[in-house]
Amino acid sequence: MAARPKLHYPNGRGRMESVRWVLAAAGVEFDEEFLETKEQLHKLQDGNHLLFQQVPMVEIDGMKLVQTRCILHYIAEKHHLFGKDLKERTLIDMYVEGTLDLLELLIMHPFLKPEDQQKEVVNMAQKAIIRYFPVFEKVLRNHGQNFLVGNQLSLADVILLQTILALEEKIPNILSAFPFLQEYTVKLSNFPTIKRFLEPGSKKKPPPDEIYVRTVYNIFMP
Amino acid sequence: MAGKPILHYFDGRARMESIRWLLAAAGVEFEEKIMKTREDLEKLRKDGSLMFQQVPMVEIDGMKLVQTRAILNYIAAKYNLYGKDIKERALIDMYSEGMADLNEMVLLYPYLPSRDKDGRLTQIKEKSRNRYFPAFEKVLTSHGQDYLVGNRLSKADVHLTELLYHTEELDSTVLANFPLLKALRTRVSNLPTVKKFLQPGSQRKPFDDRKCVEIARKLFS
Repeated sequence: MAARPKLHYPNGRGRMESVRWVLAAAGVEFDEEFLETKEQLHKLQDGNHLLFQQVPMVEIDGMKLVQTRCILHYIAEKHHLFGKDLKERTLIDMYVEGTLDLLELLIMHPFLKPEDQQKEVVNMAQKAIIRYFPVFEKVLRNHGQNFLVGNQLSLADVILLQTILALEEKIPNILSAFPFLQEYTVKLSNFPTIKRFLEPGSKKKPPPDEIYVRTVYNIFMP
Repeated sequence: MAGKPILHYFDGRARMESIRWLLAAAGVEFEEKIMKTREDLEKLRKDGSLMFQQVPMVEIDGMKLVQTRAILNYIAAKYNLYGKDIKERALIDMYSEGMADLNEMVLLYPYLPSRDKDGRLTQIKEKSRNRYFPAFEKVLTSHGQDYLVGNRLSKADVHLTELLYHTEELDSTVLANFPLLKALRTRVSNLPTVKKFLQPGSQRKPFDDRKCVEIARKLFS
């Protein structure tokens, strides 16, 4: 029987949160080894566990996978979250890549200078409302289905839901002009594995706070 | 019969060059619609051709693909440059993503303000020599095969070959301590499709110069 995947990262969202989302959505239980000190990072690096000396790293199926997209693709493909053929897979890829561009703004936000943070929230909101949400609203409106691609849950839905909920934490009414996305968010949040992940006590991480930011600086700053 | 893929971008390397390389390596002939003015970009946007209002965009097999990685992954899968199973795909992805991180620094370099260039160049030299090239040299050493994954050509080898040439343009001695990387670059360069692409007159673009930077500024700011 395969061991549970093991995630190596600080105890916070960052670049690992998407991986947690996808594993949870796929119903895969996993373990976490939280990085807290520079020494722990060096131990992983010196032991040659990190191909490019970086985390996220996920031990899974005998491999030590690094690079977020690689990890997401592997889990998605393994657990049938990557479409039924190349065309569906490519559509999912496109949607995921667009959404990750938006999610990147959220990931970087806590590390901006305080005086730049409010401006960036405005930028995120604009990008979401003008560039990204209209695309997905139109997709959902056009096919009337509950999932973005192929009428079944895929990586695209998981990453979009993660991003929408994270944006709503900062901008509560961000979906106000997008009725299909609103309904989609509610339905998807009730998908059994996702519903469990959204309940207290799951491995979903809280929004980044000062402690998280300080931990990251301590671990990764030279 | 399907038409040739059509690449929509400006006349520069930037984010389209890895797509040109991969298509060329796969032996796929392609056309380019070169954007020159802001109006060219706005027309594509108004036509609804750009899913997220951005280029690169590649018309291929009845689709208008955007997002560099999605485009590269489609081409790789279609032309058997993406491994034979999920584990090979994971390795190819892992290596390609590391290369993309280094390539991001390299491709953006010409577009940086002058005052930032020295610092970035130092970073590129340091990261290629200490982080990325040792990783790939080690992969090749570990299995002694001609290609990075599965003993046959994949997108990872094509991306690496392109990256080695482009990094060397910025740092002429960067490959000095990486004999297996040099050998792989030579091997891939000698493949008939790649050899043709490396010759003058191909669709390979030269180093992004001031003219490219000017056009990009007009189009995207």
